[in-house]
Amino acid sequence: MKIHEYQGKDILRAYNVPIPRGQIASSPSEARQVAEALGGNRWVVKAQIHAGGRGKGGGVQVATSTAEVAQSTATLLGQKLVTPQTGPEGRIVQRVLIEEGCDIAQELYCSIALDRQLGQSVCMVSPAGGMDIEAVAATTPDRIFRESIDVLLGLAPFQTRRLVEQLKVGAEAQQALPLLLRKLYDVYYDKDCTLLEINPLILTNAGLPLVLDVKMEFDDNALFRHPDVVALRDLAEEDPLEVEASKYKLNYVKLTGNIGCIVNGAGLAMATMDIIKLAGATPANFLDVGGGASAEAVENAFRLLMADPHVQAVLINVFGGILRCDVFAQGVLQAVANVQVTVPVVVRMEGTNVEEGRQILAESGLNFRIADSMADAAHQVVQAIQG
Amino acid sequence: MSILVDQSTRLLIQGMGREGRFHAEQAIEYGTRFVGGVHPGRGGGAALGRPLFNSVAQAVADTGANTTLIFVPGPAAADAIVEAIDAGIGLVVCITDGIPIRDMLVVRRYMIGKHVSLLGPNCPGLISPGKAKVGIMPAHIHTPGRVGVLSRSGTLTYEAVSQLTARSMGQSTCVGIGGDPVGGLTFVQCLEKFQQDPETDAVVLIGEIGGTAEEDAAAYIAQHVTKPVVGFIAGQTAPPGRRMGHAGAIIAGGQGTAASKIAAMERSGIKVVHSPASIGETMAEVMKQTA
Repeated sequence: MKIHEYQGKDILRAYNVPIPRGQIASSPSEARQVAEALGGNRWVVKAQIHAGGRGKGGGVQVATSTAEVAQSTATLLGQKLVTPQTGPEGRIVQRVLIEEGCDIAQELYCSIALDRQLGQSVCMVSPAGGMDIEAVAATTPDRIFRESIDVLLGLAPFQTRRLVEQLKVGAEAQQALPLLLRKLYDVYYDKDCTLLEINPLILTNAGLPLVLDVKMEFDDNALFRHPDVVALRDLAEEDPLEVEASKYKLNYVKLTGNIGCIVNGAGLAMATMDIIKLAGATPANFLDVGGGASAEAVENAFRLLMADPHVQAVLINVFGGILRCDVFAQGVLQAVANVQVTVPVVVRMEGTNVEEGRQILAESGLNFRIADSMADAAHQVVQAIQG
Repeated sequence: MSILVDQSTRLLIQGMGREGRFHAEQAIEYGTRFVGGVHPGRGGGAALGRPLFNSVAQAVADTGANTTLIFVPGPAAADAIVEAIDAGIGLVVCITDGIPIRDMLVVRRYMIGKHVSLLGPNCPGLISPGKAKVGIMPAHIHTPGRVGVLSRSGTLTYEAVSQLTARSMGQSTCVGIGGDPVGGLTFVQCLEKFQQDPETDAVVLIGEIGGTAEEDAAAYIAQHVTKPVVGFIAGQTAPPGRRMGHAGAIIAGGQGTAASKIAAMERSGIKVVHSPASIGETMAEVMKQTA
């Protein structure tokens, strides 16, 4: 799960991590009031969307009067912001964060993330802050310093000192940064983050660190122990069909094609997308209804697919095994009746009683095409959309 | 032979709820030696004619269990794994999905220096056809034979197995290592066992997008595996940044793409198929060439 920058900063503030003063606003007048309350003569107006790369998309603006703050807010709110990470469809800006302007003497990078290969979390720092860290990693990997973290020990003080030493910063920062890194790890650990990225982590003219931006991602499997984090979920940032799917506890990802897929199991669902592509068409979605492929799950799956206007045909690929195909076929019939499925449906199923299952579908009088293998199913569904 | 499980397997099941009980029944039906269940609070009772215990330690003491299959729900599953390791179980197979990553990091740390193999979590388990079934896979699609199957997914593995069985190529052992980013046995560790197993002639390796497990496997195969390997990568059409069901199946930071995995596998001499429907047919050709 992802959250907004301002929400991440609220969490960090509770851990005494230094953050610029600021507040959220959802109208130009509110933005002006926030700026007046903050005081000073320079403010930053930051669009709050979940995707990164906002600076490049024009989502971060500097204002030198409260009138400018209001003006920037007016242009950003309701605007479709397209950044390198949003895709061409962009995201609508609902809120902006108004912060006091800061003197930036130096921009650093810091992140804590899971390293799957090591099976450990790692803390990374770099003096090349404010830039695309993947580009830094690709061109000058020697400018990124890492420490892997023993989960039973945490990020140890000596590790934070070792990291900071390599940044070659001034005395004040040498003093302040190790403690800051440990606080960040505390947040990462306590909140079950899978990513906590600070880019940039700046040093002010006084040489003190300040967190200018934060990106946090949380482990969905651990949300059960963090109701405070769950409360931060912004459904407006997610695809409406995917929000619907999460209500049904279905694994659904919207894609751009016209073949709707209903599959049991994530690996098989991906393989089904692949074989549709090989057959010359494009999948409209990834959808895993779970190993058991219950009648209820299939019905909800149809509901999702029929809500997607691009879906012209549906391919059901279920490798039941333990699942009884006759029971599954009954479930499909019920689902199709309840949801009013109007497009052709190709069914490939495998499991016990497969012949009886096929017979139930064939005799239903409905628009089913029965496939006897994955390749056959893909072939038939492509034929179905070609008429 | 076969790898990890066979006739000497003495199986315990942790979490004898509806699912645990169902799969215990299936395991017994397949001829697996199921010695008992662990379900805190139900110790002293019985299920399917076998004793129930409050703790794994007690179950091991009374039954000599050497393998455990875990169905305990996500929030408590890591504790169940640690309990099994603490009790000296040699092979821990965890079916449970939805275990927090942080909990698995602790499990991994706890395992260091212990003589245990962990399979999963979020996996279908493993089966040595005709010998033992320790998992949730449908038994009837398997047949004893000499092809090892190694995969990160569940139902896609069944698809591959049924393609092999349909072409009369039986399996030595089929192992699903699971779809989570932090787990136990890796492709490399399983490949090492298949390479050493005299009853395995060839291996099917089914990977998916995300992580670097397939690249690691390819590097290992180039160096150490002399048996032919047929590979498939699921998610060739998956867009970057989107998690495809499995917590581990995500292309992030330009890493974990199907293209990079396929390239690494082909460089290592693995016969990579692009269609999931061609796994069986390709293995048949490979076996013919090596015969």
